[in-house]
Amino acid sequence: MSIMEYNGGSVIAMVGKDCVAIASDLRLGNQALSISSNFQKVFPVTDRIYVGLPGLGTDVTTLRERFRYRINMYTIKEEREIEPETFAHLVSSTLYEHRFGPYFIEPVIAGLSKTPSGGVKPLIAAADLIGCLNFAKDFVVAGTASTKLLGVAEGLWEPDLEPEDLFETISQTLLNSVDRDAFSGWGAVVHVITKDSIISRTLKGRMD
Amino acid sequence: METSFALTGKGYVIVAADTTAARSIVKMKVDEDKIKEISPHLLMAYSGEPGDTVQFAEFVERNIRLYQIRNLYPLRPSAAASWIRRSLADSLRSRSPYSVNLLVGGYDTATHEPKLYWIDYLGTQVDVPFGAHGYGSYFALSLLDRYHDPEASLEEGLATLKRCVDEVAKRLVVSPGRYKVKVVDKDGVREVEI
Repeated sequence: MSIMEYNGGSVIAMVGKDCVAIASDLRLGNQALSISSNFQKVFPVTDRIYVGLPGLGTDVTTLRERFRYRINMYTIKEEREIEPETFAHLVSSTLYEHRFGPYFIEPVIAGLSKTPSGGVKPLIAAADLIGCLNFAKDFVVAGTASTKLLGVAEGLWEPDLEPEDLFETISQTLLNSVDRDAFSGWGAVVHVITKDSIISRTLKGRMD
Repeated sequence: METSFALTGKGYVIVAADTTAARSIVKMKVDEDKIKEISPHLLMAYSGEPGDTVQFAEFVERNIRLYQIRNLYPLRPSAAASWIRRSLADSLRSRSPYSVNLLVGGYDTATHEPKLYWIDYLGTQVDVPFGAHGYGSYFALSLLDRYHDPEASLEEGLATLKRCVDEVAKRLVVSPGRYKVKVVDKDGVREVEI
C-alpha cells in the first residue's frame, strides 16, 4: 500500500499556442472504495495560474490552504500578482521545507507569464513530493494514472494547438488514461487558460 | 463493527450511528450515543479509536461553543467542518494523532441548504450528498448510489436509511444491533426513531 495511491487521482497540463490547459479527474477514494465523485484537485492561483495537487487527500486541502495564504501575502507585499515561474519556485520551496516529513502531493502548475513585448508565454511545471521542479515544453503528468497519461499524451499532443484543439487533446488524453486506472476517473474537469479568458468545463466520465 | 451513515435530503441531513461500545470481542454497552450536537444546527457522528473519539468530539464541541460565545453567532457548517479538518490534519503530523473518523452534517441557516462532510482521521475532507464510515460503508454506499435522492422528503430519507441499516444487518458478519438516528433541519437538531 503506497500512501501516494491511498486516495487516487491524476492531473495533467499541456502547452498550446499562447495558451495552456490543466485537467484532473474528480475521484476521491479510500484505496478501492470510492467516497466522492466531486473532489477538486485543481485550484486557481491568480487569473493566469492554476495549480493541480494530486496525491494524499488531506494534503490536497492543507497545501491549497497554504498556497492561498502564501499567494495572498506575496500579493500584499509586492503589490502585484505572482508570475508563474515565481509561483513554481514558491511551490518547490514550500515542499522542500518539509524534506524529511513531506506532504504527499506531486503538484502540477500551468500558467501564462507576461513577456516584455506585452504578449504571453505559456509555462507548465511539475514537481515531486519534495519539490524537485520539472519545466516541460510539451506536457506534464502526475498522479496514479501518470504512466498511462504519459503514453497517451505522447501520442496525441502536437505543438502550437489553438485553445479549442488543446481542450480536445487534453480531455481525450485524460479521459482515456483514467479509464485504464482503477484509482482515477469518475468525471473530469478541464481549464484552458488563454490571454483574455479561462475556459472551464466539467466532463462526464465512465462511472465504473 | 462500528458503522455510521449520513445522507442529505430536501432541507435536512440525517445522521445515524450504531450504539455499541465494543472492546475486543465483547460488547460493553449497547446504548452509546456517538452523535454529538455541536451547535444548534450541526451534528457530528464520530467513530474510531476508543478514548480518542470522545476526547476529540468534546474538544470540538467546546471550541465550537467558544466561537459562538465570543462572536454571538455560530460557525456555519462549512466553516466548522474546515476547522475540524484542520485540527485533525495538524494532529496527524503531531506526536500523538487522534484516530477519529467523522460525519459532520449541518443546516446552513444563511443559504438554507443542508450540508454534509465526510472527514477521516487523516484530515481528508469532502463535501458529499451521502457518506458512511466503517464496515457498513461497503454495503451502504452502493445502496445509496442507487436510492439516494437529494430532493426526497424526510420520510423517504428515513426509508432509504432503513434500507442501509437492514442491508448491513443482513450481510455484515458482525453487524451492530441498534442505531441512533438524528436529523438536522431548519428547526435545529432532533432525534428520531427508525
